[in-house]
Amino acid sequence: MIDVRNVTRSFGAFHAIRNISLSVPKGQFLALLGPSGSGKTTLLRIIAGLDRADQGAVFIGGRDATAEGARGRNVGFVFQHYALFRHMSVFENVAFGMRVKPRATRPSEARIRARVDELLRLVQLDFLAGRLPSQLSGGQRQRVALARALAVEPAVLLLDEPFGALDAKVRQELRTWLRRLHDEIGLTSVFVTHDQEEALELADRVVVFNGGVIEQDGTPAEVVDHPASPFVATFIGRVNVFHGRIESGKARFGALEVDHPTPEHSEMRAEGYTRPHELDVTREDVGGGLWATLAHASPAGAFVKMDLTGPDGKLLHVEIAREQFDELAVLQGERVYVRPRRMRVFARAEE
Amino acid sequence: MERTAAGVLTMSAPTLRPPPRPGLTEPAAVRVLLTSVALLFLVAFLFVPLAFIFVEALRQGWGAYVAAINEPGARAAIWLTLLVAALTVPANALFGLTAAWAVTKFDFRGKRLLTTLIDLPFAVSPVVAGLVFVQLFGRRGWFGPWLFEHDIKIIFALPGIVLATIFVSFPFVARELIAVMEASGREEEEAAGLLGANGWQTFMRVTLPNIKWALLSGVILCTARALGEFGAVSVVSGRIRGETTTVPIHVEILYNEYAFQASFAVASLLAVVAVVTLVLQTVVERRSRQTGAGAAEAAVQA
Repeated sequence: MIDVRNVTRSFGAFHAIRNISLSVPKGQFLALLGPSGSGKTTLLRIIAGLDRADQGAVFIGGRDATAEGARGRNVGFVFQHYALFRHMSVFENVAFGMRVKPRATRPSEARIRARVDELLRLVQLDFLAGRLPSQLSGGQRQRVALARALAVEPAVLLLDEPFGALDAKVRQELRTWLRRLHDEIGLTSVFVTHDQEEALELADRVVVFNGGVIEQDGTPAEVVDHPASPFVATFIGRVNVFHGRIESGKARFGALEVDHPTPEHSEMRAEGYTRPHELDVTREDVGGGLWATLAHASPAGAFVKMDLTGPDGKLLHVEIAREQFDELAVLQGERVYVRPRRMRVFARAEE
Repeated sequence: MERTAAGVLTMSAPTLRPPPRPGLTEPAAVRVLLTSVALLFLVAFLFVPLAFIFVEALRQGWGAYVAAINEPGARAAIWLTLLVAALTVPANALFGLTAAWAVTKFDFRGKRLLTTLIDLPFAVSPVVAGLVFVQLFGRRGWFGPWLFEHDIKIIFALPGIVLATIFVSFPFVARELIAVMEASGREEEEAAGLLGANGWQTFMRVTLPNIKWALLSGVILCTARALGEFGAVSVVSGRIRGETTTVPIHVEILYNEYAFQASFAVASLLAVVAVVTLVLQTVVERRSRQTGAGAAEAAVQA
């Protein structure tokens, strides 16, 4: 549905995106995830036609849209701050896209009314049709912006940080609601976010951006469990990082040892990444682990988050089940042994 | 004065105003003194001169007043002034809109320079501006010989007066609009484009409704300046009585001829224009602040 081919864009000396190619099949809900300045919003604006690529092409629905402006692309766009027309009522905001159509294709007034009513019901705001945007809450504005974008029956829907400007509770509600809406209408959608939790929960597919290039492209599970690069490993979710060396097929991080088959007998620096829930904690040393002392434990529901101080004084984040924690019966300052069940090792070339 | 000042504070920043702390208030005597100094100043420099104009204008009675205004020279001056304003204001409204649109909606090389140049007419003395036009279009000016050959009169004629007036009253509309358009950003226009609106539709349906009060305010100030401009017009008009004398110049001519009553009678028209401008401006500012406050509130909530 959307095909981005070798798109590059710079602003002066700053390379916002470099040679990006990306293909979004029909009906997919895709997240562009990355820190600010990583190029994700630039790519979204280029897909929408609000910005032009220096090089490369954008296809929408199989049609080359590169030369077209925003007006001809038939994309729905939801701005981070909604950009509602502030002097128009909610109803007129949603009707706008139909009212500005050329006379020949413009629906009749009755059709416009019916369609706006239908859309406002879809976003559950039909009771606010007469209000001005300034009289709405953030979440309501967000939904008006969505209804307005959908009114022109776009081929694709693009959302720029759709929940960025909302408080935590509304954000959670809207997230669930948006996912349901997507499943209902099946519109190809791309949204930009810097919030990994949002991307993982909402999207079918996550594209991780950093420094203007794609670091990884995969399902939420792939991105979490098999990060393709150290950046993805640290950017998505909490992670413990170990620094060490790779020697003859093993990665060594102090007392920790992990198999890491390498071609030949190369020696390299290594970084090991382990998520808090992938660490086992025991009272006895069973070998191959690190010792650490408990600095702090906070029970949060079914899991307990523990901060351990390792032998080198660095903090380790561990998450274990409540029952396990009770069984351990470890007190603050007491020594335990930590062993990763899983660890991803990235080799770094020697400087 | 104190009340007005407090009132303005409350309007712009209701939550920032600290509660009055009795220990920190000035003694009553100081407050009275400060207030009266301010009031006295206002009366002496603003109210008395304004009242004086009307007193002098009506010194010889209502009949003389009407006669002074109805005299052919005065009538010609009034018509000329209105004509100049009628040509200048729409032109400046249009220039102001285009300049503000260009400066706020697009990025281009030399944008900062253009923004600075817009204020040039405020920085340059009107007399100097007038001289520039004389130097450009006058008989011995750059384009003078060519214009003379083609029998086009600019200096000492209506076109010169209009040009000079356009120059001195240009910044009003542009400045007002740039401030508002810069604050409101480009996203609404982008949204309109994405929804299929063309440039004209976007301007008429989205941009114009957002800037209409600022535009009106700029137009009011521009009109006031166009009606009252003296320096630049005085240089380019040649002061041909009944032909190129505008109201302010007519006032000065009458005064120099010791026709004090007639001079003040005509001047009172300009005073009325000033008062009307102030009233209109206050009304418009209140309206635009209301809509502006709505926008600001929207931005804060967003």
